[in-house]
Amino acid sequence: MRKIEAIIQPHKLEDAKEALKNIGVDGMTITEVRGHGRQKGHTEVYRGMEYKVDLLPKVKLEMVVTDQRADEVIRTLAGAARTGKIGDGKIFVYAVADAVRIRNDDRGEAAL
Amino acid sequence: MRNLSFPRLRAFGSAPAGFADAVIDSRMDSNRGARRPRAFTQSTNLTKWLGCLQFLMLLALTAGVSLAQSIPPDIAKKLDDLDKATKSAQMAGDNAWMLTSSALVLMMTGPGLALFYGGLVRKKNVLGTMMHSFILMATVSIIWAVIGYSLAFGEGNAFFGDLRYLFLRGVGGDPNADYGATIPHQTYMIYQLMFAIITPALISGAFAERMKFSAMLLFMTLWSFVVYFPMAHMVWGKGGLLNAALGGQYPAFDFAGGTVVHITSGVSALVCALYLGKRNDYPGESMRPHSVVLSVIGACLLWVGWFGFNAGSAVAAGSLASSAFIATHFATAAAVLGWMTIEWMMVGKPSVLGAISGAVAGLVAITPASGFVKPMPAILIGLAAGVVCYLMVSKVKKMFGYDDALDAFGVHGVGGTLGALLTGVFATKEVNDLRMGKPMGWVDGYAGQMTNQVIAVLISIVLAVVGTLIILKICDVVLGVRVSKDQETEGLDLSMHGEEGYNLES
Repeated sequence: MRKIEAIIQPHKLEDAKEALKNIGVDGMTITEVRGHGRQKGHTEVYRGMEYKVDLLPKVKLEMVVTDQRADEVIRTLAGAARTGKIGDGKIFVYAVADAVRIRNDDRGEAAL
Repeated sequence: MRNLSFPRLRAFGSAPAGFADAVIDSRMDSNRGARRPRAFTQSTNLTKWLGCLQFLMLLALTAGVSLAQSIPPDIAKKLDDLDKATKSAQMAGDNAWMLTSSALVLMMTGPGLALFYGGLVRKKNVLGTMMHSFILMATVSIIWAVIGYSLAFGEGNAFFGDLRYLFLRGVGGDPNADYGATIPHQTYMIYQLMFAIITPALISGAFAERMKFSAMLLFMTLWSFVVYFPMAHMVWGKGGLLNAALGGQYPAFDFAGGTVVHITSGVSALVCALYLGKRNDYPGESMRPHSVVLSVIGACLLWVGWFGFNAGSAVAAGSLASSAFIATHFATAAAVLGWMTIEWMMVGKPSVLGAISGAVAGLVAITPASGFVKPMPAILIGLAAGVVCYLMVSKVKKMFGYDDALDAFGVHGVGGTLGALLTGVFATKEVNDLRMGKPMGWVDGYAGQMTNQVIAVLISIVLAVVGTLIILKICDVVLGVRVSKDQETEGLDLSMHGEEGYNLES
């Protein structure tokens, strides 16, 4: 199993969700987060006071899929969330040791 | 007939000469009257009634004593009834407007100012900041009822009122002819209270996010006694040093409170900012307003409420109120555009916070002038306020490095001073014939008025600086004025009030 964690632009969330749904991914967790990579934020000015805002709003999607599906999901996600500009975000992939469905104690891929 | 009717009719004009004018020229009469003082503003309808009365009376007089003696009692009674009906109609109209204005001015403090200031602080301080405004709506009200109104508006001497209205004794349904001949004295009292509430609330912008709540309460209470009541008495109280309509030594024009409200609060704000020192981390860490949205709502409520503040200061629902209403509106619109334009030119983007700050700057600056100037000078005053206050809060503040957190000084102190001085420049007898036909302001042909305006500005500044310093020192010794570093980091909402403004997860 692979955990796929994608940090993307908030306004691409709908596109990403739609694309994942089309390839049959039906579970995910979404968090509103703030952060930055190479995109260094922006400047806001309030009554002449300048504030550097370097932590920008992003959306984090997390999902766990089978090893066979991981590559397809990653490519779909990257394609749907891409604008081509700096600040589009990143995708990280982790190996998952186990999974449990709390409702009935299913384990491993059966719990996905 | 003569003895019977004259005194009653004179109640409508303030003096025999005024009485004659009232009948001959309704427009002039409706324009007379400074703020609060007396301001007997008549509608055209009323003047027609008065004209009828006078016509009947002249008939009687010119026909000679014998005719006067032979006036049948039923006619005399009719005249008497007519007289009473006119008076009560006038009072109903004026009172309706003044009660409305009172409510509007209270709305400026809560929620107007509470939202405007609340949106500008970080979210950990939103409740504490709104509480500064809200709690004054209660605190000052009680002080006002017990002794405040008397100290401000009792006759007293040139600087203080006396204790004649202690516990509101003698403040009832009958008008006080000096302050408002056509509204109940109670209405005048409650209207004035709303000014006494918002003035100290304005100061709270300077010490936002770092003053102890207990010290704030003590400070505001003492400040009302030491700065506000004397200043209100000097400018608007009968016999006050600067009163332009009730026998002041240096008659300064301040229609709705440029000196009394905005200079005193703005200058006191600067003293507070300097005395308390900067907020931790200022100006380093992000001190961005947590919600400009709240501030926009607050600013709009202030704009609307300000019509009660300025147009209500005519103390009647006549043409002077309309004139002040219009001057207020146009000045504000011009100030918005003034601030936005200069910010756009200097920063590159026209900010929403800039636009609403411009509105407040314009409202402040037109306050003293509103009942004295025509619409075009009002636009000039607004434009000037927008540009000057922008430079003040964005450039001068940075240059000196003081932390006037929400720019109470930059907007109210500076805008109020600018407005008070420009009132002396643009006041005209065509709007307000306070000097009985003589020119009013500089452009009108009386440069000497500038001296009175400068004296009023200086007195306000000196009183605010000295009074505020002494009070802060007292509060500091008794309670300590500033919260601890930890409390400040935690935020006033939790450390002072045990609450949070936004519990979105609950």
